[in-house]
Amino acid sequence: MADSPHTAAPRARPLSPHLSIYRWPTTMASSITHRATGVALTVGTLFLAWWLIAAASGPDAYATFNAAAHSVIGLIILFGFVWSLSFHFLNGIRHLAWDLGYGFKVPGANRTSTMIFVLSVLIAIAVFACGLVGAGRL
Amino acid sequence: MSIRTPLARVEGLGTARSGSDHFWHQRISAAALVLLSLWLVFAGLRLVGAPHADVIAFLSAPINAILMLLFILAAVFHMMLGIQVVIEDYVPNDKQKVLCLALNRGFGWAVGVACVFAMLKIAL
Repeated sequence: MADSPHTAAPRARPLSPHLSIYRWPTTMASSITHRATGVALTVGTLFLAWWLIAAASGPDAYATFNAAAHSVIGLIILFGFVWSLSFHFLNGIRHLAWDLGYGFKVPGANRTSTMIFVLSVLIAIAVFACGLVGAGRL
Repeated sequence: MSIRTPLARVEGLGTARSGSDHFWHQRISAAALVLLSLWLVFAGLRLVGAPHADVIAFLSAPINAILMLLFILAAVFHMMLGIQVVIEDYVPNDKQKVLCLALNRGFGWAVGVACVFAMLKIAL
């Protein structure tokens, strides 16, 4: 009777596993990063809109935009945008390949996940450097 | 008024009530964006730091105006579909979910129309 549900103190019951209990394979990291970069690019469309509206509004508005884009915060946001785009681009192509039935084997999927993380950063740095050279900042 | 039977109209639609449209549209717009985003990066690098007159000259050339408009439409479409899935996955309460889905569509349309309008003003 000591174990009666009415009198006994609450016992530690098993919980269903949640995020914290899993080891993080790289495929899991690349999956959530795909989402996160997608959301970041959605916010980034505001900057695309700002660029085009500023260009449509005339030289003064465009100069304001240019000054903001070349500020430190502007450059950080731009780099974030470029990296998000390169990651989402590469991982998106991998998603299209998966949809066609390629690249599902675990070792291969883990390898392409790591490759995409590394490549996306390298591409972002390369594109950003080209941009800085084009803007005469490097 | 459709001559299709009620059963034929709902067959294959599943619990999401829209069948495979969402999946398919997401993939088609993704494939289009593979090409269009390469062009966007090219255009961005070409125009970074350029004076206003050069930017207008570049964006009002028909080929560039058309590609930019295609990029905007494909990107906004793809983005609304993608954010929709994020909302459906993470917002547990139905009322909040419907509100978020409406805001997602509203945001996409607002950004899309703003970009298209700016492009028309630049190019026409």
